[in-house]
Amino acid sequence: MAGDSGNLDPIHQFEISKIFPMEIMGVDVSFTNSSLFMVIAVVLISGFLILSMRGRALVPGRWQSVAELFYELVSNLLRNILGAEGMKFFPLVFSLFMFILACNFLGLLPGSFTVTSHVVVTAALAMLVMTIVVGYGFYKNGLGFLKLFVPSGVPLPMLFILVPIEVISFLARPVSLSIRLFANMLAGHITLKVFAGFIISLAGAGGVLSALSVGPLLLGVALTAMEFLVAFLQAFIFATLTCIYLNDAMHPSH
Amino acid sequence: MAEQTNTETQVPSGDHAKAFPPFDPSTFAPQLVWLVICFSILYLVLSRIAIPRIGEVLEQRQDRIQRDMDEASRLKEETDKAITTYEEALASARQKANVIADETRQKLNETINAENAEMDAKSAKKAEEAEANIRKAKETALADVNKIAAETTTTIIEKLLGQKPEASEVETALKS
Repeated sequence: MAGDSGNLDPIHQFEISKIFPMEIMGVDVSFTNSSLFMVIAVVLISGFLILSMRGRALVPGRWQSVAELFYELVSNLLRNILGAEGMKFFPLVFSLFMFILACNFLGLLPGSFTVTSHVVVTAALAMLVMTIVVGYGFYKNGLGFLKLFVPSGVPLPMLFILVPIEVISFLARPVSLSIRLFANMLAGHITLKVFAGFIISLAGAGGVLSALSVGPLLLGVALTAMEFLVAFLQAFIFATLTCIYLNDAMHPSH
Repeated sequence: MAEQTNTETQVPSGDHAKAFPPFDPSTFAPQLVWLVICFSILYLVLSRIAIPRIGEVLEQRQDRIQRDMDEASRLKEETDKAITTYEEALASARQKANVIADETRQKLNETINAENAEMDAKSAKKAEEAEANIRKAKETALADVNKIAAETTTTIIEKLLGQKPEASEVETALKS
């Protein structure tokens, strides 16, 4: 995938290529580069979390400390937003967080593929969250879940305006949740690729222009650092918003 | 695949006319299928194995810390108690020592006083006896003086008169 030297097309990195074409009952289930990086992410996360805790040390080593750090980051998030009863959603939020984090970071490796740069993946994850929010909301509160759309303490005429707004804002949630992650990953990688392309173009131009290629190189380094921050931040934001939406499902009245 | 990319780079405009990869619907199905497979496996592995394991370790650590803290506070309580007991014992010992010292001082004073009194009495008695002796000696001496005087007088008179005077006469003469 990465071997195509001289390919400066910044979009090329998002292309899906089939490694093992497959089809089951007319559905294309080919094992693609996207699937490969999903599998790598799952293997890395599982391996890391299980192997690092192998010692079950009372005083953690380096690996165990990192695993515990992630665990406590997410568990504190849940406890702060949802309280103790929200801990039943911990495996879901933790899996989402680790999966997005691993995919984002893997995408930063040169020549790799970023699973989360495809809107269909982020939309699927967002729909998973919203399905659970709606499902659990009705399961726990029954029709009381609809109070989510009716702000309390508002005069009746106002409700005719507010309820549609609340409904629209609720429907916008999965869209914003998926687009935020997808767009951040996409834009970040395109920017990186464009600047990397500048380096090659300038260096190849010869003369003074070659010397100028240091500029985009420095910018590329800075952007890479920022992309690492974004990669973590977007995973964290996804987990935080998941918690906030789950909180609505548990306590629908405003 | 490499061949395909080469042709694409040669004709970039045609490449862009093709769908932007993230919005290419033909890739949706395989991505979704593999996302479901991968995320399900990840969820199962994490919720069944990884999370209980980490939770168990954290809980054990919490328990251990709690237990150690409890133990520490218990030991501190014991130490405090021991210190209190020690101080009480020290105070009572000091008090006892004071009492004993006072008693000893009193007893010693009493003994000293008693001995002083005894000695005083003894010395007074001795002084009295000595005085009595002196008085007696004086009396004896005085009596002896009279006797010697009488004898001397008698001898002198005998020598002078050649005749021994009557003792009673000498005595009368001496006394006058």
